[in-house]
Amino acid sequence: MSDEQDTTPMDRREALKVIATAAAAASLGDAALPSTADAQATVQIAPRRRPAAAAPPKTGPRGTPTDPDLLNARANWPRLLSAPELATLTALCDMIIPADDRSPAASTVGVPAYINEYVSAPYDWAERSLVRVRGGLAWLDVESAKRFGKQFVQLTVAQRTPICDDICYWMTAKPEFKAAARFFGEIRNLTQSGFYTSDAGMRDLGYVGNVPLAKFDAPPPEVLRKLGLA
Amino acid sequence: MAAYQLAVAGLKVLVLEAGRTYDPVRETPMFKLPRQAPLLGAGTKHKPFGFYDATVDGGWEVPGEPYTNAPGTDFKWWRSRMLGGRTNHWGRISLRMGEYDFKPKTRDGLGADWPLTYQELAPYYDRTEMLIGVYGGDDDLENTPGSPAGVLQPAPVPRATELLTKKHAAPLGIPVIPAHLAIMTQRQDADVLPKKIHPDNPLAQRVLAQSMRQRAACLWATPCGWGCSVKANFQSTTVLLPPALLTGNVDIVPDAMVREVTVDATGKATGVNYIDKTTRTDRKVTARIVVLAASAGETARIMLNSKSSLFPNGVSNGSGLVGKYLMDTVGAGIGGQIPALENLPPHNTDGASGMHMYMPWWLYKEQLAGKLGFARGYHVEFGGGRGMPGPGIFGGMDALTNGAYGKRLKEEARRYYGSWMWFDGRGEMIPNEDSYCEIDPNVVDQWGIPVLRFHWKWSEHETKQAAHMVKTFAEVIEAMGGTVNEKVETDGAKVIAAGGQIIHEVGTCRMGTDPKTSVLNQYCQSWEVKNLFVTDGAPFVSNADKNPTLSILALAWRTCDHILAEMQRGNI
Repeated sequence: MSDEQDTTPMDRREALKVIATAAAAASLGDAALPSTADAQATVQIAPRRRPAAAAPPKTGPRGTPTDPDLLNARANWPRLLSAPELATLTALCDMIIPADDRSPAASTVGVPAYINEYVSAPYDWAERSLVRVRGGLAWLDVESAKRFGKQFVQLTVAQRTPICDDICYWMTAKPEFKAAARFFGEIRNLTQSGFYTSDAGMRDLGYVGNVPLAKFDAPPPEVLRKLGLA
Repeated sequence: MAAYQLAVAGLKVLVLEAGRTYDPVRETPMFKLPRQAPLLGAGTKHKPFGFYDATVDGGWEVPGEPYTNAPGTDFKWWRSRMLGGRTNHWGRISLRMGEYDFKPKTRDGLGADWPLTYQELAPYYDRTEMLIGVYGGDDDLENTPGSPAGVLQPAPVPRATELLTKKHAAPLGIPVIPAHLAIMTQRQDADVLPKKIHPDNPLAQRVLAQSMRQRAACLWATPCGWGCSVKANFQSTTVLLPPALLTGNVDIVPDAMVREVTVDATGKATGVNYIDKTTRTDRKVTARIVVLAASAGETARIMLNSKSSLFPNGVSNGSGLVGKYLMDTVGAGIGGQIPALENLPPHNTDGASGMHMYMPWWLYKEQLAGKLGFARGYHVEFGGGRGMPGPGIFGGMDALTNGAYGKRLKEEARRYYGSWMWFDGRGEMIPNEDSYCEIDPNVVDQWGIPVLRFHWKWSEHETKQAAHMVKTFAEVIEAMGGTVNEKVETDGAKVIAAGGQIIHEVGTCRMGTDPKTSVLNQYCQSWEVKNLFVTDGAPFVSNADKNPTLSILALAWRTCDHILAEMQRGNI
């Protein structure tokens, strides 16, 4: 994919060197002092009382929710879904995003763990989401038992499919499936979020950014041609 | 800006910062991925613009530091409790106000005129743009001034989505031109620019040159809103404070919550009192000059809380206008899906992270002729394309695919990725009597400081403008062959963002030509307290559609020149 671009990616090591150099040279508190001659030359109004000003103390992130350490991030809250719930969720996530010839299934890149992090988060919206997701997972097992006498995880993909077909779109779902369809829509949204932010998911879509470039070039000719802009 | 300008002129400056110190060079999460953050980096009440956003202890709510709203008001007050404040996370959009913007009342009879003209501020715009580094084109349109040759950095090449929008907006009469953003597309010439910016000031030239040499050009990756460790964009923490500190003339005291300006018996400011947040103790600072640059809301709060026998209603508030004429920017937006953008060959659209092109307001003549039903204009910020996938990606795909799942979902995702675009209007609000802040007599924050209570009302000029925005954006999306994501509201009151939500809070200490109808003179100097100045958004008389930061910086520079001149004349 990247060979379709005519941009010149700066070597990553090169880019990191630039960043490291800038960091070393220019940390806020490391200001060199002005030479006396220069300082004298411009002090017309206020006499200099002290030779040097104090740089601000280096504190850095305090590790609170409003000031987290961005470089060492951690979602450090307890996870609330049980192992059986996670197993059902995993089966559902992989129905939504299964493996194909371009990329793996949702569970391979950790989507169920992300959803567990999401519904367990210390926020009001997560509390509500946890109820919907737990309720939906329980419903899946009840529905599976009704149709096939088994739990959802024990069903084959062929058996899971008619259940998913009934609940895959809220707008067209029958009244008795509306609530389950809401649940399915929420899990699909979260599964897509988790999957397409993974390396495998970004590769699948052909996202080729987040690389330092020496120069940003115009869109490739084939893009312009396709848009009627060439 | 004031700390920098006064320090390079040789003054001793003490900067009191209500939040912690902050160093983007060490703290910016450059090149991090959503998956490396909690909740894939999504916004929460603790980090409203996402986990990685360069806001520390800030947002529309700050723990321990409440504000209140009068009944019927839903004003949202953004604060950033960190060194450099809101300059760390802003959009970098740097548009000059134009001739009309300084004299709106003269033009259409509404609001009030500024006590200065565009021509008076233009040299400060020039120097500010050279100092901080702003990219842009050479357009010079009606009330959308260009910059003299050699001032701006080259605009980045447009992305495919921007070229497509330009093509389809043209028949609708809407111009699409290079945006002006405070991001460097090339390194600054440290041998030439400092001499141009600070003629006759060797110290300023030297510290600025040294600072410029430590700034790199844009790397065309990683969002500006997270900060920039290579200093390619403008944050006061990477661009103004480093050279200010190099002079040796600046002290910075973090965690210092200023609560009051103190005055002597003659009505001169003697300094400020602040709470040291780390020890919860009250401290006193004396100074020859006090410059408030705490944000429009916080500056008004400090002034209103500075009560004395000479100033029973708050310092510099003889007019009773401190807190009045609070403004934000009118905001409304809509998105759409553009089939032409489906299945595009993969290519990098990250660019300068912000927009490369925008739409300046284009209907000045129609508006003046009364054809639009609202008095002031807006510009359009827009974007889309194959950006880095984040949480919520493909949230809009269910309806397009009738709830696809399985292998079909993956195929549809490949097809639709990058085919959505968004359009946001940013428009002028006319100051009104019903939008203001005052001290809430019943509530204090955790530092014991009385808090602000907001009052807010949009006029029909703003709500009709918001309706015009979404109608226009729907027309553009349809002209591109696309479909809007949602029903297009005709009632502007339903689409206009809440007051404060666009985070362009200005006004509250407006300048003017008459002490009875303004708080400050044209140099942002208090009419009543000669050694008290304001260099944030509070002096704004109107709030043109142009994002305020660049004008705040240019005005602050002009104020500092006035301070130095007045000191030399012995007036302060």
